[in-house]
Amino acid sequence: MSDAPKRTPLHSLHVELGGKLVDFAGWEMPVQYPLGIMGEHKQCREKAALFDVSHMGQVILRGENVGEKLEALCPQAYATLKPGKARYGFFTNADGGIMDDLIVSNAGDYYFVVVNAALRHQDIPHMREHLDGVEVVEIFDRALVAVQGPAAENVVGDLCPAARDLKFMETTEAPINGVDCRISRLGYTGEDGYEISIPEDKAIEVSKAFLAHEDCEAAGLGARDSLRLEAGLCLYGNDIDQSTSPIEASLGWAIQKRRKEEGGFPGADRVQKELAEGPAKKLVGIKPDGRAPARQGVEIQCAEGNTIGQITSGVFGPTVGGPVAMGYVSKGHGEPGETVNLIIRGKPQPAQIVALPFVKQNYKR
Amino acid sequence: MATYYSEEHEWLTVEGDTATLGITKHAAEQLGDVVFVEQQEAGDEFEKGGEIGVIESVKAASELYAPVDGEITEVNEALADNPGALNEDPEGEAWIYKIKIADAAQLEDLMDLDGYKALIG
Repeated sequence: MSDAPKRTPLHSLHVELGGKLVDFAGWEMPVQYPLGIMGEHKQCREKAALFDVSHMGQVILRGENVGEKLEALCPQAYATLKPGKARYGFFTNADGGIMDDLIVSNAGDYYFVVVNAALRHQDIPHMREHLDGVEVVEIFDRALVAVQGPAAENVVGDLCPAARDLKFMETTEAPINGVDCRISRLGYTGEDGYEISIPEDKAIEVSKAFLAHEDCEAAGLGARDSLRLEAGLCLYGNDIDQSTSPIEASLGWAIQKRRKEEGGFPGADRVQKELAEGPAKKLVGIKPDGRAPARQGVEIQCAEGNTIGQITSGVFGPTVGGPVAMGYVSKGHGEPGETVNLIIRGKPQPAQIVALPFVKQNYKR
Repeated sequence: MATYYSEEHEWLTVEGDTATLGITKHAAEQLGDVVFVEQQEAGDEFEKGGEIGVIESVKAASELYAPVDGEITEVNEALADNPGALNEDPEGEAWIYKIKIADAAQLEDLMDLDGYKALIG
Protein backbone atom coordinates (compact mmCIF):
# COMPACT_ATOMS: atom_id res chain seq x y z
CA MET A 1 0.00 0.00 0.00
CA SER A 2 1.23 3.46 -0.87
CA ASP A 3 1.88 6.00 1.89
CA ALA A 4 0.84 8.93 -0.31
CA PRO A 5 -2.30 10.53 1.05
CA LYS A 6 -5.46 9.57 -0.79
CA ARG A 7 -7.53 12.13 -2.65
CA THR A 8 -11.29 12.57 -2.48
CA PRO A 9 -13.46 13.10 -5.57
CA LEU A 10 -13.45 16.84 -4.69
CA HIS A 11 -9.66 17.17 -4.71
CA SER A 12 -9.43 19.30 -7.86
CA LEU A 13 -12.16 21.59 -6.52
CA HIS A 14 -10.14 22.18 -3.33
CA VAL A 15 -7.15 23.13 -5.45
CA GLU A 16 -9.27 25.38 -7.67
CA LEU A 17 -10.70 27.14 -4.59
CA GLY A 18 -7.23 27.72 -3.11
CA GLY A 19 -7.62 25.22 -0.28
CA LYS A 20 -4.59 24.64 1.95
CA LEU A 21 -4.21 20.88 1.77
CA VAL A 22 -2.86 18.78 4.64
CA ASP A 23 -2.57 15.08 5.36
CA PHE A 24 -5.44 14.08 7.64
CA ALA A 25 -5.89 10.40 8.57
CA GLY A 26 -4.18 9.40 5.32
CA TRP A 27 -6.23 11.79 3.18
CA GLU A 28 -5.19 15.00 1.49
CA MET A 29 -7.80 17.39 2.87
CA PRO A 30 -8.31 21.18 2.97
CA VAL A 31 -7.67 22.57 6.45
CA GLN A 32 -8.86 25.96 5.23
CA TYR A 33 -9.50 28.07 2.13
CA PRO A 34 -8.47 31.70 1.57
CA LEU A 35 -11.39 32.88 3.74
CA GLY A 36 -9.56 31.43 6.77
CA ILE A 37 -10.73 29.31 9.72
CA MET A 38 -12.31 32.23 11.54
CA GLY A 39 -14.24 33.40 8.47
CA GLU A 40 -15.29 29.89 7.47
CA HIS A 41 -16.47 29.18 11.01
CA LYS A 42 -18.61 32.33 11.05
CA GLN A 43 -19.89 31.58 7.55
CA CYS A 44 -21.25 28.27 8.86
CA ARG A 45 -22.82 29.79 11.99
CA GLU A 46 -24.39 32.71 10.11
CA LYS A 47 -25.13 31.39 6.59
CA ALA A 48 -23.96 28.08 5.14
CA ALA A 49 -20.68 26.26 4.58
CA LEU A 50 -19.80 23.27 2.43
CA PHE A 51 -17.36 20.69 3.79
CA ASP A 52 -15.83 17.74 1.99
CA VAL A 53 -16.14 14.78 4.35
CA SER A 54 -15.53 12.11 1.69
CA HIS A 55 -12.62 10.77 3.75
CA MET A 56 -15.15 9.22 6.10
CA GLY A 57 -16.12 5.63 5.42
CA GLN A 58 -19.50 5.02 3.82
CA VAL A 59 -20.79 1.50 4.26
CA ILE A 60 -23.93 -0.28 3.11
CA LEU A 61 -25.28 -3.17 5.18
CA ARG A 62 -27.72 -5.58 3.55
CA GLY A 63 -29.41 -8.59 5.07
CA GLU A 64 -32.07 -9.79 7.47
CA ASN A 65 -32.53 -7.98 10.80
CA VAL A 66 -29.50 -5.75 10.36
CA GLY A 67 -30.69 -3.38 13.10
CA GLU A 68 -30.95 -6.16 15.66
CA LYS A 69 -27.55 -7.52 14.70
CA LEU A 70 -25.96 -4.07 15.10
CA GLU A 71 -27.21 -4.06 18.69
CA ALA A 72 -24.64 -6.77 19.47
CA LEU A 73 -21.88 -4.29 18.57
CA CYS A 74 -23.39 -0.96 19.64
CA PRO A 75 -25.31 0.24 22.73
CA GLN A 76 -27.89 1.95 20.54
CA ALA A 77 -31.46 0.80 19.85
CA TYR A 78 -30.92 0.16 16.16
CA ALA A 79 -33.51 -2.65 16.02
CA THR A 80 -36.24 -0.02 16.41
CA LEU A 81 -34.68 2.58 14.09
CA LYS A 82 -37.46 3.32 11.62
CA PRO A 83 -36.94 3.57 7.85
CA GLY A 84 -35.88 7.10 6.92
CA LYS A 85 -34.28 7.74 10.31
CA ALA A 86 -30.63 8.12 11.34
CA ARG A 87 -29.09 7.70 14.78
CA TYR A 88 -25.70 8.58 16.27
CA GLY A 89 -23.93 5.72 17.99
CA PHE A 90 -20.65 3.92 18.62
CA PHE A 91 -19.00 0.53 18.59
CA THR A 92 -17.90 -0.48 22.08
CA ASN A 93 -15.18 -2.97 22.99
CA ALA A 94 -15.36 -5.73 25.61
CA ASP A 95 -14.01 -3.31 28.24
CA GLY A 96 -16.71 -0.75 27.51
CA GLY A 97 -14.35 1.60 25.67
CA ILE A 98 -15.40 3.32 22.43
CA MET A 99 -13.95 1.73 19.27
CA ASP A 100 -15.39 4.42 16.99
CA ASP A 101 -18.41 6.66 16.74
CA LEU A 102 -20.71 6.49 13.75
CA ILE A 103 -24.05 7.36 12.21
CA VAL A 104 -26.42 4.55 11.26
CA SER A 105 -29.33 5.26 8.90
CA ASN A 106 -32.17 2.92 8.07
CA ALA A 107 -32.52 3.46 4.33
CA GLY A 108 -35.43 1.02 4.02
CA ASP A 109 -33.89 -1.65 1.78
CA TYR A 110 -30.53 -1.42 3.52
CA TYR A 111 -28.66 0.33 6.34
CA PHE A 112 -26.22 3.12 5.62
CA VAL A 113 -23.33 3.62 8.05
CA VAL A 114 -20.76 6.42 8.16
CA VAL A 115 -17.59 5.87 10.19
CA ASN A 116 -14.43 7.89 10.87
CA ALA A 117 -11.76 8.02 8.15
CA ALA A 118 -8.96 6.77 10.39
CA LEU A 119 -10.97 3.74 11.54
CA ARG A 120 -12.38 2.41 8.28
CA HIS A 121 -9.75 -0.34 8.33
CA GLN A 122 -10.92 -1.40 11.82
CA ASP A 123 -14.67 -0.95 11.54
CA ILE A 124 -15.30 -2.73 8.27
CA PRO A 125 -13.58 -6.00 9.26
CA HIS A 126 -15.26 -5.66 12.67
CA MET A 127 -18.70 -5.57 11.03
CA ARG A 128 -17.82 -8.34 8.57
CA GLU A 129 -16.69 -10.57 11.42
CA HIS A 130 -19.61 -10.00 13.75
CA LEU A 131 -22.65 -9.25 11.60
CA ASP A 132 -23.63 -12.76 10.63
CA GLY A 133 -25.49 -13.05 7.34
CA VAL A 134 -25.05 -9.35 6.63
CA GLU A 135 -23.37 -8.15 3.45
CA VAL A 136 -20.94 -5.33 4.38
CA VAL A 137 -20.11 -3.18 1.35
CA GLU A 138 -17.62 -0.35 1.69
CA ILE A 139 -18.44 2.39 -0.81
CA PHE A 140 -15.49 3.82 -2.73
CA ASP A 141 -17.30 5.54 -5.58
CA ARG A 142 -19.27 8.21 -3.73
CA ALA A 143 -18.27 11.54 -2.24
CA LEU A 144 -19.75 12.78 1.04
CA VAL A 145 -20.38 16.50 1.33
CA ALA A 146 -21.78 18.39 4.34
CA VAL A 147 -23.74 21.60 3.85
CA GLN A 148 -24.18 23.16 7.27
CA GLY A 149 -25.61 26.37 8.67
CA PRO A 150 -28.89 28.23 9.07
CA ALA A 151 -29.04 28.82 5.29
CA ALA A 152 -28.37 25.14 4.46
CA GLU A 153 -32.08 24.45 3.98
CA ASN A 154 -32.20 27.06 1.22
CA VAL A 155 -28.88 26.09 -0.34
CA VAL A 156 -29.87 22.43 -0.62
CA GLY A 157 -33.66 22.92 -0.81
CA ASP A 158 -33.44 25.23 -3.84
CA LEU A 159 -31.93 22.34 -5.81
CA CYS A 160 -33.77 19.55 -4.05
CA PRO A 161 -37.20 20.37 -2.59
CA ALA A 162 -37.36 16.99 -0.81
CA ALA A 163 -34.54 18.16 1.45
CA ARG A 164 -36.80 20.82 2.99
CA ASP A 165 -39.22 18.15 4.21
CA LEU A 166 -36.59 16.28 6.20
CA LYS A 167 -36.32 16.87 9.94
CA PHE A 168 -33.16 16.50 12.05
CA MET A 169 -31.84 12.90 11.81
CA GLU A 170 -33.98 11.96 8.81
CA THR A 171 -32.63 10.60 5.54
CA THR A 172 -33.92 10.11 2.00
CA GLU A 173 -32.83 9.51 -1.58
CA ALA A 174 -33.54 12.28 -4.04
CA PRO A 175 -32.09 13.74 -7.23
CA ILE A 176 -29.99 16.92 -7.13
CA ASN A 177 -29.49 18.38 -10.62
CA GLY A 178 -30.54 15.00 -11.98
CA VAL A 179 -27.98 13.12 -9.86
CA ASP A 180 -29.29 10.50 -7.43
CA CYS A 181 -28.04 11.42 -3.95
CA ARG A 182 -28.60 10.25 -0.39
CA ILE A 183 -29.54 13.28 1.68
CA SER A 184 -29.51 13.17 5.47
CA ARG A 185 -30.43 16.09 7.71
CA LEU A 186 -27.62 15.93 10.22
CA GLY A 187 -24.02 17.00 10.67
CA TYR A 188 -21.31 17.73 13.19
CA THR A 189 -21.22 21.50 13.53
CA GLY A 190 -24.14 22.12 15.90
CA GLU A 191 -26.01 23.80 13.05
CA ASP A 192 -28.91 22.68 10.92
CA GLY A 193 -27.71 21.09 7.70
CA TYR A 194 -27.24 18.04 5.55
CA GLU A 195 -24.75 15.35 4.69
CA ILE A 196 -25.10 14.32 1.07
CA SER A 197 -23.66 11.19 -0.52
CA ILE A 198 -23.00 11.85 -4.22
CA PRO A 199 -21.69 9.60 -7.03
CA GLU A 200 -18.01 10.54 -7.40
CA ASP A 201 -18.18 11.59 -11.05
CA LYS A 202 -20.89 14.14 -10.22
CA ALA A 203 -19.52 15.31 -6.85
CA ILE A 204 -17.84 18.47 -8.13
CA GLU A 205 -20.81 19.44 -10.29
CA VAL A 206 -23.25 19.12 -7.35
CA SER A 207 -20.85 20.84 -4.92
CA LYS A 208 -20.42 23.74 -7.34
CA ALA A 209 -24.19 24.02 -7.61
CA PHE A 210 -24.35 24.47 -3.81
CA LEU A 211 -21.45 26.93 -3.84
CA ALA A 212 -23.22 28.95 -6.53
CA HIS A 213 -25.77 29.94 -3.87
CA GLU A 214 -24.84 33.37 -2.51
CA ASP A 215 -25.04 32.12 1.10
CA CYS A 216 -22.71 29.13 0.68
CA GLU A 217 -18.89 29.07 0.89
CA ALA A 218 -16.41 26.21 1.15
CA ALA A 219 -14.98 25.50 4.60
CA GLY A 220 -12.17 23.23 5.72
CA LEU A 221 -11.33 20.86 8.55
CA GLY A 222 -10.07 23.72 10.75
CA ALA A 223 -13.49 25.33 10.93
CA ARG A 224 -15.11 21.92 11.25
CA ASP A 225 -13.05 21.32 14.41
CA SER A 226 -13.84 24.68 16.05
CA LEU A 227 -17.52 24.32 15.12
CA ARG A 228 -17.88 20.84 16.59
CA LEU A 229 -16.04 21.79 19.75
CA GLU A 230 -18.23 24.85 20.36
CA ALA A 231 -21.20 22.51 19.82
CA GLY A 232 -19.83 20.16 22.50
CA LEU A 233 -19.36 17.24 20.09
CA CYS A 234 -16.61 14.68 20.68
CA LEU A 235 -13.79 14.05 18.22
CA TYR A 236 -12.66 10.42 18.10
CA GLY A 237 -8.97 10.16 19.01
CA ASN A 238 -9.09 13.37 21.05
CA ASP A 239 -12.09 13.18 23.39
CA ILE A 240 -13.01 9.53 23.04
CA ASP A 241 -10.96 6.41 22.38
CA GLN A 242 -10.66 2.69 23.16
CA SER A 243 -10.17 3.41 26.88
CA THR A 244 -12.97 5.93 27.48
CA SER A 245 -16.48 4.67 28.11
CA PRO A 246 -19.59 6.38 26.75
CA ILE A 247 -20.60 7.35 30.28
CA GLU A 248 -17.21 8.93 30.99
CA ALA A 249 -17.55 10.78 27.67
CA SER A 250 -20.96 12.16 28.72
CA LEU A 251 -22.53 10.25 25.83
CA GLY A 252 -25.18 8.56 27.96
CA TRP A 253 -27.81 10.52 25.98
CA ALA A 254 -26.87 8.46 22.91
CA ILE A 255 -27.75 5.16 24.63
CA GLN A 256 -31.48 4.52 24.57
CA LYS A 257 -33.33 3.50 27.73
CA ARG A 258 -33.97 -0.12 26.72
CA ARG A 259 -30.30 -0.68 25.96
CA LYS A 260 -29.21 0.88 29.26
CA GLU A 261 -31.49 -1.51 31.10
CA GLU A 262 -31.02 -4.67 29.05
CA GLY A 263 -27.34 -4.34 28.13
CA GLY A 264 -26.34 -6.97 25.59
CA PHE A 265 -23.57 -4.97 23.93
CA PRO A 266 -19.78 -5.24 24.40
CA GLY A 267 -18.73 -3.74 27.73
CA ALA A 268 -22.30 -3.41 29.00
CA ASP A 269 -21.17 -4.36 32.53
CA ARG A 270 -18.97 -1.29 32.79
CA VAL A 271 -21.53 1.03 31.22
CA GLN A 272 -24.29 -0.16 33.56
CA LYS A 273 -22.00 0.06 36.60
CA GLU A 274 -20.97 3.60 35.70
CA LEU A 275 -24.60 4.57 35.12
CA ALA A 276 -25.43 3.35 38.62
CA GLU A 277 -22.37 4.55 40.52
CA GLY A 278 -20.99 7.35 38.37
CA PRO A 279 -17.82 7.12 36.26
CA ALA A 280 -14.29 7.59 37.64
CA LYS A 281 -13.83 10.58 35.34
CA LYS A 282 -16.11 12.65 33.20
CA LEU A 283 -15.81 14.77 30.05
CA VAL A 284 -16.76 18.40 30.73
CA GLY A 285 -16.68 21.77 29.04
CA ILE A 286 -13.93 24.12 30.15
CA LYS A 287 -13.80 27.84 29.51
CA PRO A 288 -10.43 29.52 30.15
CA ASP A 289 -10.81 32.99 31.71
CA GLY A 290 -8.06 34.57 29.62
CA ARG A 291 -7.37 34.55 25.90
CA ALA A 292 -4.77 31.76 25.82
CA PRO A 293 -6.21 28.60 24.25
CA ALA A 294 -5.75 25.40 26.28
CA ARG A 295 -4.73 22.63 23.89
CA GLN A 296 -4.91 18.83 24.03
CA GLY A 297 -2.73 17.47 26.85
CA VAL A 298 -2.90 20.51 29.14
CA GLU A 299 -3.11 19.51 32.80
CA ILE A 300 -6.20 20.48 34.82
CA GLN A 301 -5.75 21.27 38.52
CA CYS A 302 -8.45 21.86 41.10
CA ALA A 303 -8.49 25.02 43.23
CA GLU A 304 -6.37 23.19 45.88
CA GLY A 305 -3.65 22.50 43.30
CA ASN A 306 -4.10 18.75 42.78
CA THR A 307 -4.14 17.32 39.27
CA ILE A 308 -7.70 16.27 38.41
CA GLY A 309 -7.47 15.69 34.68
CA GLN A 310 -6.41 16.73 31.22
CA ILE A 311 -7.67 18.76 28.27
CA THR A 312 -8.59 16.57 25.29
CA SER A 313 -9.62 19.27 22.77
CA GLY A 314 -9.03 22.99 22.81
CA VAL A 315 -9.38 25.76 20.28
CA PHE A 316 -10.19 29.42 20.06
CA GLY A 317 -13.95 29.51 19.55
CA PRO A 318 -14.72 32.14 16.93
CA THR A 319 -18.43 32.37 17.85
CA VAL A 320 -17.72 32.36 21.60
CA GLY A 321 -14.98 34.93 20.99
CA GLY A 322 -12.55 33.20 23.30
CA PRO A 323 -10.87 29.89 23.99
CA VAL A 324 -13.02 26.80 24.57
CA ALA A 325 -11.99 23.31 25.60
CA MET A 326 -13.16 19.91 26.71
CA GLY A 327 -11.38 17.58 29.07
CA TYR A 328 -11.76 14.83 31.62
CA VAL A 329 -11.91 15.54 35.34
CA SER A 330 -11.94 12.94 38.11
CA LYS A 331 -14.95 11.97 40.20
CA GLY A 332 -15.95 14.66 42.68
CA HIS A 333 -15.16 17.42 40.21
CA GLY A 334 -16.83 18.79 37.11
CA GLU A 335 -19.89 20.67 38.33
CA PRO A 336 -20.57 23.73 36.16
CA GLY A 337 -19.18 26.79 37.90
CA GLU A 338 -16.22 25.00 39.48
CA THR A 339 -13.02 27.01 39.18
CA VAL A 340 -9.95 25.11 37.98
CA ASN A 341 -6.45 25.97 36.83
CA LEU A 342 -5.03 24.94 33.47
CA ILE A 343 -1.27 24.53 33.36
CA ILE A 344 -0.37 26.20 30.08
CA ARG A 345 3.37 26.29 29.36
CA GLY A 346 4.10 25.79 33.04
CA LYS A 347 1.87 28.56 34.33
CA PRO A 348 -1.54 28.10 35.95
CA GLN A 349 -4.33 29.87 34.04
CA PRO A 350 -7.76 30.11 35.70
CA ALA A 351 -10.76 28.53 33.97
CA GLN A 352 -14.34 27.54 34.71
CA ILE A 353 -16.12 24.23 34.25
CA VAL A 354 -19.17 24.96 32.09
CA ALA A 355 -22.14 23.02 30.76
CA LEU A 356 -21.84 21.89 27.14
CA PRO A 357 -22.45 23.02 24.45
CA PHE A 358 -20.66 26.38 24.32
CA VAL A 359 -22.95 27.46 21.48
CA LYS A 360 -26.60 26.44 21.41
CA GLN A 361 -27.28 23.67 18.90
CA ASN A 362 -29.54 24.83 16.11
CA TYR A 363 -31.16 21.66 14.77
CA LYS A 364 -34.46 21.54 12.87
CA ARG A 365 -36.50 19.09 14.91
CA MET B 1 18.96 50.58 8.94
CA ALA B 2 18.83 47.11 7.49
CA THR B 3 16.29 44.33 7.66
CA TYR B 4 17.32 40.73 8.26
CA TYR B 5 15.25 37.55 8.07
CA SER B 6 15.52 34.28 9.98
CA GLU B 7 14.73 30.71 8.95
CA GLU B 8 12.03 30.83 11.63
CA HIS B 9 10.28 33.48 9.53
CA GLU B 10 11.08 36.49 11.66
CA TRP B 11 12.19 39.90 10.48
CA LEU B 12 14.63 42.08 12.36
CA THR B 13 15.08 45.74 11.44
CA VAL B 14 18.38 46.86 12.93
CA GLU B 15 19.49 50.37 13.88
CA GLY B 16 22.87 50.39 15.61
CA ASP B 17 22.68 47.81 18.42
CA THR B 18 18.89 47.87 18.70
CA ALA B 19 16.30 46.20 16.53
CA THR B 20 12.56 45.75 16.02
CA LEU B 21 11.43 42.14 15.70
CA GLY B 22 8.32 40.55 14.23
CA ILE B 23 7.08 37.71 12.06
CA THR B 24 6.99 37.84 8.29
CA LYS B 25 3.89 38.15 6.14
CA HIS B 26 4.59 34.63 4.92
CA ALA B 27 4.60 33.34 8.52
CA ALA B 28 1.35 35.14 9.29
CA GLU B 29 -0.28 33.59 6.22
CA GLN B 30 0.90 30.14 7.27
CA LEU B 31 -0.40 30.59 10.83
CA GLY B 32 -3.84 31.76 9.77
CA ASP B 33 -6.02 33.80 12.11
CA VAL B 34 -3.92 34.73 15.15
CA VAL B 35 -5.98 34.73 18.34
CA PHE B 36 -3.42 35.10 21.13
CA VAL B 37 0.17 36.22 21.55
CA GLU B 38 2.16 35.34 24.66
CA GLN B 39 4.97 37.84 25.06
CA GLN B 40 7.83 38.11 27.52
CA GLU B 41 8.58 41.28 29.43
CA ALA B 42 10.91 44.19 28.87
CA GLY B 43 14.20 43.40 30.57
CA ASP B 44 14.09 39.69 29.78
CA GLU B 45 17.32 38.43 28.28
CA PHE B 46 17.48 35.67 25.72
CA GLU B 47 19.89 33.55 23.71
CA LYS B 48 19.76 32.83 20.00
CA GLY B 49 17.39 29.92 19.42
CA GLY B 50 15.64 30.40 22.76
CA GLU B 51 11.86 30.65 23.00
CA ILE B 52 10.74 34.25 23.38
CA GLY B 53 7.00 33.94 22.94
CA VAL B 54 4.12 31.93 21.56
CA ILE B 55 1.70 32.80 18.79
CA GLU B 56 -1.60 30.95 18.81
CA SER B 57 -3.96 30.58 15.87
CA VAL B 58 -7.44 29.04 16.09
CA LYS B 59 -5.99 25.56 15.73
CA ALA B 60 -2.39 25.55 16.92
CA ALA B 61 0.35 27.16 18.97
CA SER B 62 3.66 28.20 17.38
CA GLU B 63 6.77 29.21 19.32
CA LEU B 64 8.71 32.33 18.55
CA TYR B 65 12.49 31.73 18.64
CA ALA B 66 15.14 34.39 19.20
CA PRO B 67 17.17 35.03 16.03
CA VAL B 68 20.12 36.47 18.00
CA ASP B 69 21.28 36.91 21.62
CA GLY B 70 19.86 40.00 23.28
CA GLU B 71 17.46 41.67 25.68
CA ILE B 72 13.87 42.82 25.28
CA THR B 73 13.63 46.60 25.67
CA GLU B 74 10.01 47.12 24.66
CA VAL B 75 6.94 44.94 24.14
CA ASN B 76 4.17 45.77 21.68
CA GLU B 77 1.35 45.75 24.23
CA ALA B 78 -1.28 46.41 21.56
CA LEU B 79 -1.06 42.75 20.46
CA ALA B 80 -2.62 41.55 23.72
CA ASP B 81 -5.92 43.22 22.85
CA ASN B 82 -5.64 42.87 19.09
CA PRO B 83 -3.70 39.73 18.16
CA GLY B 84 -5.39 39.84 14.73
CA ALA B 85 -3.09 42.74 13.85
CA LEU B 86 -0.46 40.06 13.19
CA ASN B 87 -2.49 38.98 10.17
CA GLU B 88 -3.19 42.50 8.97
CA ASP B 89 0.21 44.16 9.23
CA PRO B 90 2.83 41.70 10.53
CA GLU B 91 5.77 43.60 9.06
CA GLY B 92 4.61 47.03 10.29
CA GLU B 93 2.20 47.92 13.12
CA ALA B 94 2.24 44.40 14.54
CA TRP B 95 5.90 44.27 15.54
CA ILE B 96 6.39 42.07 18.59
CA TYR B 97 9.49 43.33 20.45
CA LYS B 98 12.13 45.96 20.37
CA ILE B 99 15.41 44.42 21.45
CA LYS B 100 19.02 45.24 22.23
CA ILE B 101 21.37 43.02 20.25
CA ALA B 102 24.17 41.48 22.34
CA ASP B 103 26.40 40.25 19.51
CA ALA B 104 26.07 42.00 16.16
CA ALA B 105 28.22 39.31 14.51
CA GLN B 106 25.24 36.93 14.77
CA LEU B 107 23.40 39.05 12.21
CA GLU B 108 25.67 37.55 9.58
CA ASP B 109 23.90 34.22 10.03
CA LEU B 110 20.59 35.79 8.99
CA MET B 111 19.25 36.35 5.48
CA ASP B 112 18.57 39.46 3.48
CA LEU B 113 15.26 39.86 1.66
CA ASP B 114 16.46 38.08 -1.47
CA GLY B 115 17.73 35.16 0.59
CA TYR B 116 14.43 34.96 2.46
CA LYS B 117 12.41 35.10 -0.75
CA ALA B 118 14.47 32.20 -2.05
CA LEU B 119 13.76 30.27 1.17
CA ILE B 120 9.99 30.61 0.96
CA GLY B 121 9.97 30.09 -2.80
